Amino acid sequence: MRNLQLSLNQTQKIRLQSALEKLESLSSKSNANSVVTVADSILIYEEGILKGHGTLDRKGELVATVCGVVERINKLIYVRSLRSRYKPETGDIVIGRVMEVAQKRWKLELNFTQDATLMLSSMNLPDGIQRRQTAVDELNMRSIFTENDLVCAEVRSSHNDGSLQLQARNQKYGKLEKGQLLTVNPYLVKRRKLHFHHLEQYGINLIIGCNGFIWVGEHVEVTDKMAVDQANDSEQQIGKCDQNSMDIDGPDGTFTPLKTRQNICRIANAVRVLSALGFSITMEVIMETVNFSKTMNLDIHEMLGSEFYVLVAESEAERRSATKRKR
Amino acid sequence: MEFVSPEGLRLDGRRPTEMRQLRAEIGVVSKADGSAMFEMGNTKVIAAVYGPREVQNKGQQINNDRALVRCEYSMANFSTGDRVRKPKGDRRSIEISLVIRQTMEACIMTHLMPRSQIDIFVQVLQADGGTRSACINAATLAVADAGIPMCDLVTSCSAGYLNSTPLLDLNYIEDSAGGADVTVGILPTLDKVTLLQMDAKLPTNIFEDVMQLATEGCKAIANYIREVNPVILIAVYIWPSLKIF
Repeated sequence: MRNLQLSLNQTQKIRLQSALEKLESLSSKSNANSVVTVADSILIYEEGILKGHGTLDRKGELVATVCGVVERINKLIYVRSLRSRYKPETGDIVIGRVMEVAQKRWKLELNFTQDATLMLSSMNLPDGIQRRQTAVDELNMRSIFTENDLVCAEVRSSHNDGSLQLQARNQKYGKLEKGQLLTVNPYLVKRRKLHFHHLEQYGINLIIGCNGFIWVGEHVEVTDKMAVDQANDSEQQIGKCDQNSMDIDGPDGTFTPLKTRQNICRIANAVRVLSALGFSITMEVIMETVNFSKTMNLDIHEMLGSEFYVLVAESEAERRSATKRKR
Repeated sequence: MEFVSPEGLRLDGRRPTEMRQLRAEIGVVSKADGSAMFEMGNTKVIAAVYGPREVQNKGQQINNDRALVRCEYSMANFSTGDRVRKPKGDRRSIEISLVIRQTMEACIMTHLMPRSQIDIFVQVLQADGGTRSACINAATLAVADAGIPMCDLVTSCSAGYLNSTPLLDLNYIEDSAGGADVTVGILPTLDKVTLLQMDAKLPTNIFEDVMQLATEGCKAIANYIREVNPVILIAVYIWPSLKIF
């Protein structure tokens, strides 16, 4: 909600207020008393508790060290802070930006306390052949990813000292091109089975990274690239130098049609609206918002107007109260 | 010059132990991890926190298993009566940067964030005395907003001694009168002092009174942050914690 800086008129203000109040009353448990600020003491109902993240033991009293919501799972008590950086878990799908190309590794920035490392050895080479990485590969690392490239990868492990290892052992991981990156608060993204979505009706790939980086880009056939690589290897060699150019024409001379680009913008704007309103971001909710904007006959730029924010909040409140009544 | 009138009122109409009006707001810088604005009367300060993030200058990192806290204090050109030529980099700014850094380092649990760095930027938008304490208060709020674990919310307040009266929360005129100025920073729930500075001299018994007054001021600020205006910290949390399914 904090990013919401809209110029609302009086009626819109009241409508938004009432929609938000409705949503608040619908939330399953009232967490007003479980909200703590720094150095607030946390009530302990039972003996032998386990203190988790965001808590501190002070002379037998449990104290919060961050602002957030107290969560109790059996004996474990921890404080879930919402405004903090991404907390990685093994197996998360993340999107990062290459900060540095170092010895046998790339350093990726992914809104974590430090840069994550993606080892050359823990990724499949673009030619698709399984083999040992050689010194030549090491020298050609910049032809795979260079600085400021966007990369999609998976969290392999996180170590005790806070360092993070990534891997990209699949054709679906790799460099992201022809699209938009959006950053939202990491807590808005819930871990789910699917983070890669191919929206066929729009011809778009949507990747919801667990670190709050969301990619909306043109759909690319992952298997195609391999076949093309093998077929015209020689051509690829020539075209390599302009692979990093920022032309709208892709490296292989393909062109993103206007329709696709408009779709990318529409979906990206839907994500912007949802994140500003503080709704969890899932593919279903994004698509619902996109369809909603289409039924309203709104232009892409009109989606960021204050009226649409109010409408989305109202329809969400309506939807949640409907599902609640069903139960 | 008379700083306390016979009726017991100060130049701006306050009583000797009265604080200026407080106002705080969080989330004022959208791109920062945490940010806050803090006002004490006419003193207005903005703070932004970036991090914990990758250490930018590896040479500065002394201890590998703790986060590195950096702080930069600056004054806006328009913050004082006559325009400041060079808003940062002078001795005074460097000293205050150091003071804020040390105070914040004492309360941030740096051992939980190894190999990372936390940057705190504070800027004075309006200076009317007590910028040091206002900066610390703003920095605390910003760090709390960034979700960085802290053992307590540090608060700071100044007090002085003029016309044989201890005065709380000096403004610019009282500050530049040449009397003693005691700035105290405390951890309110632990009752520990993390910052104590004084310019000019005071006899011991009077110093104790003045420090006591400043400490009470700190507690009042802590109270304001915590009780009077809990919304500023909590409001952000209630709303997004709604679950979508």
